Amino acid sequence: MTGRPTVGVLALQGDVREHLQALTGSGADAVPVRRTSELDSVDGLVIPGGESTTISKLAVAFDLLEPLRERIAAGMPAYGSCAGMILLADKVLDGVEGQRTLGGLDVTVRRNAFGRQVDSFEESIPVAGVPGGPFHAVFIRAPWVESVGSGVEVLGVVTDGEAAGRIVAVRQGALLATSFHPELGGDARLHALFVDMVRERDR
Amino acid sequence: MSDLPLAPATSAPQTGTARVKRGMAEMLKGGVIMDVVTPEQAKIAEDAGAVAVMALERVPADIRAQGGVARMSDPDMVSGIVDAVSIPVMAKARIGHFVEARVLQSLGVDYVDESEVLTPADEAHHIDKFSFTVPFVCGATDLGEALRRISEGAAMIRSKGEAGTGNVVEATRHMRSIRAGIRRLGGLPPEELYAAAKELRAPYDLVAEVASLGKLPVVLFTAGGIATPADAAMMMQLGAEGVFVGSGIFKSGDPARRAEAIVKATTFHDDPDVIAKVSRGLGEPMVGIGLDELKPEQRYAGRGW
Repeated sequence: MTGRPTVGVLALQGDVREHLQALTGSGADAVPVRRTSELDSVDGLVIPGGESTTISKLAVAFDLLEPLRERIAAGMPAYGSCAGMILLADKVLDGVEGQRTLGGLDVTVRRNAFGRQVDSFEESIPVAGVPGGPFHAVFIRAPWVESVGSGVEVLGVVTDGEAAGRIVAVRQGALLATSFHPELGGDARLHALFVDMVRERDR
Repeated sequence: MSDLPLAPATSAPQTGTARVKRGMAEMLKGGVIMDVVTPEQAKIAEDAGAVAVMALERVPADIRAQGGVARMSDPDMVSGIVDAVSIPVMAKARIGHFVEARVLQSLGVDYVDESEVLTPADEAHHIDKFSFTVPFVCGATDLGEALRRISEGAAMIRSKGEAGTGNVVEATRHMRSIRAGIRRLGGLPPEELYAAAKELRAPYDLVAEVASLGKLPVVLFTAGGIATPADAAMMMQLGAEGVFVGSGIFKSGDPARRAEAIVKATTFHDDPDVIAKVSRGLGEPMVGIGLDELKPEQRYAGRGW
């Protein structure tokens, strides 16, 4: 694809605006997505940070869950940060009863794995595939990836502190997920990587 | 938020930074935070799609009805609510009561609301919120008050409205006032921002930041009198980034259903068809209070300075 791909941000709840801004700055036409008609118009989708239980309930209530699953299964590139990572995961630990995910990413994610808000932190970590030095990562009541399937590439792990070694950035084909929030850090390199993934897919 | 200083690249994980505190509120945007007084209510709120719950000993409508000094909740109740749900838990401390806030931080709550709904503990000083790891949300009636709270370390602002009335008129006034203040700053030439800071009784740096961003440097929610899905949607259209509902849910006829309806109306605040649909058959709303029925000392919005 030449020119600007259209990338949606799932806009049911969460820090939608920050993702829209980061995507716009990374060469995409960024649009909020709350309806299936809006989903149909996008080449790729970001699932933002927010409250994963709220987002999944609203996706079910407004008949978005199945269309989202179908698009992801059909190969639409998707990137999830924090709550978005939980929604992309095939398996969730410590979720609420009956919590539904979109799935697609062959990982097991543990919700609120780092603890409560007083444990939320920022730290610089190297991310494979993102040139230009470590990525300044902001973790907010964040999940981590407990285990990955064979097709999943681990892009980043926590480097310091008690959680050192925990997986916090993964990629599997057209699906990208991070425990942390690049949209809050003023560093758009991961959004640029995702926009490139969308372009690749449509080429 | 991109102008906040980054932690040095080589540092160990840093907790309690401005970015982490403000970022937590960013994750609540577009969502509804519900007042709860028991673990059972907290579960109902979580099941309805709340992004967080606010633990308190009595909802504002009961504080009004019963009178007396309203304080932080019993630690057993706060812990019971923390254990009952997996979504974030907020809790209220009295204005200026830094020890109640320390206790709430030690109980593991995710956000402290330094709230005018409780009886103030200090009539001159708010809590120094920078000295905590847990983030704070504070109420405001206008832009100057919002910026004074941010200058003390608040990581999230909400309109005060008039809690416990089920009457949205004061929340409307405060949202319009805060947003009008922001718009006005955006139109001023740089040399006039100094006098604007003086008028607002707010630090110049924050005034200049708001003028350049066109918004507060922290998330702005609405609170105080929201009782229906349409109330929530109107507040969103007036520029709120999310909604606190206090007495409006658990003082209504069918709390679970009303809670879910308010969540949906907040997400689809610009779609009257959705709001109409979710507003059907909700049962009795909470009984409201006209603002002219309140004596000046019964107004909570005047608490805090």
